[in-house]
Amino acid sequence: MSLRLAVAAALGALALFPLAGRDYYATLMLPFFGYGIALLGLNLLFGTTGLLSFGHALFVALGAYTAAFLTSKLGVLDLEVILMAAAVAGAVIALPTGLLCVRYVRIYFGMLTLAFGMLFYSFLLKFYAVTGGDEGMRVLRPRLLGLAWTSFGKVEFLTGPFYYYSLAVLVLGAVVMWRIVRSPFGLGLRAIRENAGKAEFTGVDVRRYRLSAFVVAAVFGAVGGALLPIPTGLADPLLAYWTHSGNLVFMLLLGGFGNFFGPVLGAFVFIVLQDQVMSITQYWRFVFGAILAVVVVFFPQGLTGLLDRRQRAGT
Amino acid sequence: MSVLLDARGLTKRYGDFTALDGVSLTVSEGEFVSIIGPNGAGKTTLVNIVTGLAPPTAGQMSFRGLDIVGAGPVTLARRGLARSFQLVNVFPALTVAETLAVAVCARLGRGRRFWSSLGADRAVHAEVGEIAAVFGLADRLARLARTLPQGDKKLLDVASAFALGPELILLDEPTSGVSTADKHAIMDVMVGAARRLGVKAIVQVEHDMDIVFGYSDRIVALHQGRVLADTTPDGIRRDTEVVATVLGKPRS
Repeated sequence: MSLRLAVAAALGALALFPLAGRDYYATLMLPFFGYGIALLGLNLLFGTTGLLSFGHALFVALGAYTAAFLTSKLGVLDLEVILMAAAVAGAVIALPTGLLCVRYVRIYFGMLTLAFGMLFYSFLLKFYAVTGGDEGMRVLRPRLLGLAWTSFGKVEFLTGPFYYYSLAVLVLGAVVMWRIVRSPFGLGLRAIRENAGKAEFTGVDVRRYRLSAFVVAAVFGAVGGALLPIPTGLADPLLAYWTHSGNLVFMLLLGGFGNFFGPVLGAFVFIVLQDQVMSITQYWRFVFGAILAVVVVFFPQGLTGLLDRRQRAGT
Repeated sequence: MSVLLDARGLTKRYGDFTALDGVSLTVSEGEFVSIIGPNGAGKTTLVNIVTGLAPPTAGQMSFRGLDIVGAGPVTLARRGLARSFQLVNVFPALTVAETLAVAVCARLGRGRRFWSSLGADRAVHAEVGEIAAVFGLADRLARLARTLPQGDKKLLDVASAFALGPELILLDEPTSGVSTADKHAIMDVMVGAARRLGVKAIVQVEHDMDIVFGYSDRIVALHQGRVLADTTPDGIRRDTEVVATVLGKPRS
């Protein structure tokens, strides 16, 4: 019950936020929506299935470049079409890479996903003619719900229609993921996380389930990734770089992978914290490293784990 | 009695070591078969090969007339062959109900459903409840598997194999790690469960000779990877070679 209340309050706050007139902070929320969606996918792999990917940024970048390619090369501006295309691209790339990756578990799975991520990074960097190399690719302002919103200035567009559109996609993504995790398929994934050998003998086709989870995670990564470059108007290859995958894992640990909303909370706190710390010191990476160390050592269940514990203690 | 499992000439080599050497095993409907033998005789290897955990180096196996060499555990479970493990094997952070639901979902072909709510699936709940009741776990449905006492973990592992609705079930030392006093109770539960849930035959690996002679229709004695005897309990008692190598207390 308190979870419903907390989610409703968070949604209400996010819905009212742009009305407060603090445009800077409203635009700050835009990457949070994209990352939130991508992390729901990453956590299906890690929190639910027990596979830690160090290459999730591949799919985030894939979504971003899908948006760039469609808007600036093909003139497709409808965001609905862009998100669909990103989802399809994510699935198409995830199938062959996933087939290879899910043959392995633990660090071997992680390293292989990392390798694929770096491969994609190199591709983005070197295929200058297609991707613009290190300069990246322009992402044009999309049409939402078939409308161009021409009377809106850039900031107005981002903090108005685009803000609510992104929020709606995040909510939709969360509802879809909520259902997946609570389905018979989701139970099979949790069984695999707990004991893959036993799961196999309990009728769960472990490879197939892992591959399915990998593909779903990739689709979420690509859809979230397609939203990410729109505020800045640029998709650049660093989106696929391994440190970006590291950031995604950081968000996951920060929020807590044991809770459904942990990764979304992690994305939120990461974005806000990054903004605040960067405005104070240029050594923000140092501060973040220290935070990560503290989280892993003292709060392995992340922020949501901390909240759960307090709730159980009755405080 | 129709034959369920028919394995012939099963051989398993690990490098130079021959764990199984031309073992044949036939199990028919209605049978309770025990596999006995000293440590290292190849009992667990035999079960592992029959249940698809490891491929045989040579030999043929069929289940209900269909070839099962190379078929994995998931395929075997679908065809009606399940197993439990010697060491406690549970999903630590899943509840008793969830553990049984994994197997029930597999049996009912729910595994591909990613969009339907498991919580609202009455067919699954009904079956989970039924199996839990048969195994005396009904009052522990919401407990996490890792919080169960050792005996209940063992029972849950066996129950989840039964929940697959198999025709033949292979139990690798179902009463190991359980106190002698509880062994008969657990065996009675399992034999009763087999009857109520339509399991047609049981194969068990067992060290406790009270249990072996108390429940078996047939006993297969293994020694150094070969079948030493394959006969009734009375036949085993009369076989001096088996008595000496398997039943007799070796002098040290």
